[in-house]
Amino acid sequence: MSTIAPAAPAAVAARETAAPVAFRGLGRAFAAPDGGEREVLRGIDLEVAAGEIVAILGPSGCGKSTLLRIAGGLDRPTSGEVAIGEAPVAPYDVRCAVGFQEPRLLPWRSIERNVALGLPRGGDRREGREHVARLLELVGLADFAGHRPHEVSGGMAQRASLARALARNPEVLLLDEPFGALDALTRLKMQDLLLDVHRAEPTTVLLVTHDVDEALQLADRIVLLGTDGETPGAGIRQTVVVPGHRPRDRGSAELAELRGRLLDGLGIDRHGTARGIQATTTIPHYPY
Amino acid sequence: MTTDAASRTIARSTPRPAASVAVPAGAPRERRPLTGRRWFVVVGGALLPIALLATWQLVSTTGLVPVSMLPSPAMVWQAAVDLAERGLLGQYVAISTQRVFLGFAFGAALGLLVGAIVGLSRLGDILLAPTLGALRAVPSLAWVPLLILWFKIGEESKIILIAIGAFFPVYTIVSAALRHVDRRLLEAGRAFGLRGVPLFATVQLPAVVPSVISALRLALAQAWLFLVAAELIASSMGLGFLLLDSGQNGRIDRIFLAIILLAVLGKLTDSIVGLFERWAIRRWA
Repeated sequence: MSTIAPAAPAAVAARETAAPVAFRGLGRAFAAPDGGEREVLRGIDLEVAAGEIVAILGPSGCGKSTLLRIAGGLDRPTSGEVAIGEAPVAPYDVRCAVGFQEPRLLPWRSIERNVALGLPRGGDRREGREHVARLLELVGLADFAGHRPHEVSGGMAQRASLARALARNPEVLLLDEPFGALDALTRLKMQDLLLDVHRAEPTTVLLVTHDVDEALQLADRIVLLGTDGETPGAGIRQTVVVPGHRPRDRGSAELAELRGRLLDGLGIDRHGTARGIQATTTIPHYPY
Repeated sequence: MTTDAASRTIARSTPRPAASVAVPAGAPRERRPLTGRRWFVVVGGALLPIALLATWQLVSTTGLVPVSMLPSPAMVWQAAVDLAERGLLGQYVAISTQRVFLGFAFGAALGLLVGAIVGLSRLGDILLAPTLGALRAVPSLAWVPLLILWFKIGEESKIILIAIGAFFPVYTIVSAALRHVDRRLLEAGRAFGLRGVPLFATVQLPAVVPSVISALRLALAQAWLFLVAAELIASSMGLGFLLLDSGQNGRIDRIFLAIILLAVLGKLTDSIVGLFERWAIRRWA
């Protein structure tokens, strides 16, 4: 694997806009096998500023991916609405680009042609090719442009998938556990890559993850999704503003404390206080 | 790191310095197993036919079976030469091949079209699938009297029967394959702004190419089957006619000749599609 090239600000064509995203009273219910309805999301109110990175954290099956799919127009809400900028989200909205949990590359196309699939329709062909070449350089796949997806490793395929999403110059980048299937080290490299990309092109990013550390490393804000245990359907349980600036020190004590609280919110016992060890912290309790 | 193969090796393995995988240019090539060598494939495939031919020769010349039941290979060859001298062999082979190709072309094209409609559109599926399923259940020979009444004993009736034979495998396989295209790839295609014809050309069509070629292969075999059905019943030339005519005249040598010709022609046309299949699978799978 070649090294991931640091993103020079001029390396990728400048993005014109990053758009804010607003969820208002959003809910989604699915038809249950017994003929009734199963509520998955309920009363989601969330404003994401342009250029912000928001991580959506929650236990599996809580509707994180559904929320993201609704934001991209891959699914429709049963109540409420979601808007990008002023206009509501259209089906398969062109202002979004999605990075799926699996690479979802077309197996019969080369990596290069897969990335080119992300280019906006009707663009200049030559410019498109140059853009793809720059993106492949950015994600460190320039040497593998002609390879088929089955000829590269899982991490490379996932980087190609990210490059494909970036090729759109999206106003909103939607990432659904994009690094979830990768090994721990590759995941850390991919996180740094995403931060490089975001620094070069500060688009709005919605990132679904179940990895607390990943959320802390990448996000400006973390939204904790979950049920209150009484009514069905997940809502926003907590919103946490992550302190400091990116790139963050992975070993910082502040983040460790936040991590404990988030795990607590996810229903994971952090064991510290349980053993009588009093956690000391300088972070004020939420709300700050 | 110069060779393509070597860079592929890196691609598959976990990240590590490229130099450690470098293969020296002069390194001896690994010996391929016997079953991977071309000459063995050719010789291996020819073994059984040669053994059969030898057994046939042995059985028929020793008088173990009377020649009225099993003519010797020489007699069959003589029958072929005899027919060829009268100009009939070439004519029969040509007309039969022409019927198969025409019927196959019409049937397969229609099968692709209808298969695409049923496989891609829910409405097409609801409207067409039950009727086509019922028609598919009609045995091929049941069409013959109807086709003869409608189209008389001409080329049309035979080509239509062969087209029916070629249509159903293509229709069945293509519609099923299109229905089962990976939903996640389709969703990815849609998420990146593809709809309608571009989505079909970018995701659905390449995804079903291997199935389409399997279907074409099956349809071609089916076309040869239906050819004999068509020619057995009403024709004045062709391999099926040769079979029927020889059966009525007790020319068992010509019956053998016709059967062998059908086998060889069927295998030959199948091999052509097979070559195309290998190329297409390398390209799309």
